[in-house]
Amino acid sequence: MSFLSGFTDSDLWHSFIRTPTALVSALLTLILIAGALAAPLVAPHNPFDLASLDIMSAHLPPVWMKDGDPAFLLGTDDQGRDVLSAIFYGARISLLVGFASVLLAVLIGVTLGLVSGYLGGRADAAIMRVADVQLSFPAILIALLIDGVARGVLPREAQEHMAVYVLVFAIGISNWVQYARTVRGAAMVESRKEYVQAARIIGIGPVAILWRHILPNVLGPVLVIATINLALAIITEATLSFLGVGVPPTTPSLGTLIRIGNDYLFSGEWWISIFPGVVLVLLVLSVNLLGDWLRDALNPKLR
Amino acid sequence: MLTFILHRLLQSVLVILAVALIAFSLFRYVGDPVNAMTGQDTTLQQREELRERLGLNDPFLVQYGRFVADAAQAEFGISYRHRRPVRELLAERLPATLELSIVSMALALLLGIPMGVYTALKPKGILSRGFMSLSLVGVSLPTFLIGILLILLFGVVLRWLPTFGRGEVVHLSGWTTGLLTKSGLQSLILPAFTLALFQMTLIMRLVRSEMLEVLRTDFIKFCRARGLPSRLVHFRHALKNTLVPVITITGLQLGSIIAFAIITESVFQWPGMGLLFIQAITTVDIPVMAAYLCMVAFFFVVINLVVDLLYFAVDPRLRVRRAA
Repeated sequence: MSFLSGFTDSDLWHSFIRTPTALVSALLTLILIAGALAAPLVAPHNPFDLASLDIMSAHLPPVWMKDGDPAFLLGTDDQGRDVLSAIFYGARISLLVGFASVLLAVLIGVTLGLVSGYLGGRADAAIMRVADVQLSFPAILIALLIDGVARGVLPREAQEHMAVYVLVFAIGISNWVQYARTVRGAAMVESRKEYVQAARIIGIGPVAILWRHILPNVLGPVLVIATINLALAIITEATLSFLGVGVPPTTPSLGTLIRIGNDYLFSGEWWISIFPGVVLVLLVLSVNLLGDWLRDALNPKLR
Repeated sequence: MLTFILHRLLQSVLVILAVALIAFSLFRYVGDPVNAMTGQDTTLQQREELRERLGLNDPFLVQYGRFVADAAQAEFGISYRHRRPVRELLAERLPATLELSIVSMALALLLGIPMGVYTALKPKGILSRGFMSLSLVGVSLPTFLIGILLILLFGVVLRWLPTFGRGEVVHLSGWTTGLLTKSGLQSLILPAFTLALFQMTLIMRLVRSEMLEVLRTDFIKFCRARGLPSRLVHFRHALKNTLVPVITITGLQLGSIIAFAIITESVFQWPGMGLLFIQAITTVDIPVMAAYLCMVAFFFVVINLVVDLLYFAVDPRLRVRRAA
């Protein structure tokens, strides 16, 4: 309870409830996450239960158009899957890949940044050189490349099954540099401060110093970057899936759904790709706005 | 100055060599090149002979050296899928990608800079607010979705513009261009705009924030105090001083335009290098992947180098600091 009251007394909370954009975007993000998590409960159909699919109900438009079926609120795709249900399940995969890849990037970036900033010397030079090279290439290109390599290395039958892991790995690896740079800078500043020197003198090991004393002081900026990168990771996943090198059509993410619908755009069946697209944009926009607010709220210079 | 250039050159060469190492490892260790070149009825002995003839039994460094030497002459072997030299494939598709990228960049600059100046000069105007919300949309909409929406609006609903391919192209001694025919130009509009939108919002926001900063400085106040007309103050003095970062960012973004061209080309079936690369990834066509990687790395390094030198030429303060 004291934790909760401590939280509601904080500056962050006050800034949060006074910023309408933050409230609305947080609410929207929560609704989308809740909908994705509860997909089996709230989705009217199970789009992956092949037995329930009926080819006769394929290519149905949304309910408010001519020929719409009330059973399929947003229409159906080429295999008779309910678009609304597919969006619930698809958002689940998009969010899963987004969160997991951000977590991976944070783990790699923060670890390397701490090591680099605290140790300095050769380790620092080596890590930062790699970071420089990687930073001069767009993340999407690196993710594409890792994806291509995985396709060459993995046996064909394992590819579909492993697709989500490959994506998390590819997006995670392509985004660690920003964390490493930020954490390195902060760690360098912190490690020269007196409290760290005091800890060193009383014989605390470097791992404990990094973990217990330096890490808590660099978490603010990491949180901000992670929020903004979550939106970026979701976009990257959708892009890769749209390009056909991401999640396979059997377990579609939002990007895969848009890809499927893209083939039917010219016959006027816009709903198959536009509705997943709208959900994707809402998700990315609300996470972006939340990240913007967090950056301003945590930055004391702006107050 | 000279040491700086030499230092940067050395660094660029190292980056290229590192990327070539990755490309070479791809080539050599992802899948077996001999398997990719032979059929099922090739005997073990023939395979071994081929292996020897291709030099696959040589030490690692020798093979890597040979790869770099070949790559320097744009020699990347034969595509597994197309059964044609990779060099030919890339040369065929280079014009399409370069044309698309350059037109997009020009579009982004021509629209982005005036929009940025306008939003900085009239921050409270309705049009400025419109531009700012448009830029938020530009950042949040993934490139491929922008492409799809444009196709739906202008290709399917209004039927004004073609939505795939390059249209009619003209051959000019090894270069193909779509800029000289009507259908070529029409086909360029949607992909170029899709590719330009993100860069445009970026340039607009950059010009706006730089401009706001410069307008607050003393020398602008001084210009106004001298009674110069505001047109002169804004464009002759303020805008000129915001252009240094704009040049840097524009140069660096040229690289990412080439990368994002992969997505745009895929949406519009634009026959460029990006589309070739995506197809190479889905079919695990390693020679094409390796070649594309080396080529993009080369572009990036050259652009970064030029931007660094340009920065020097444009901003005299930097020269003084380096010399001191």
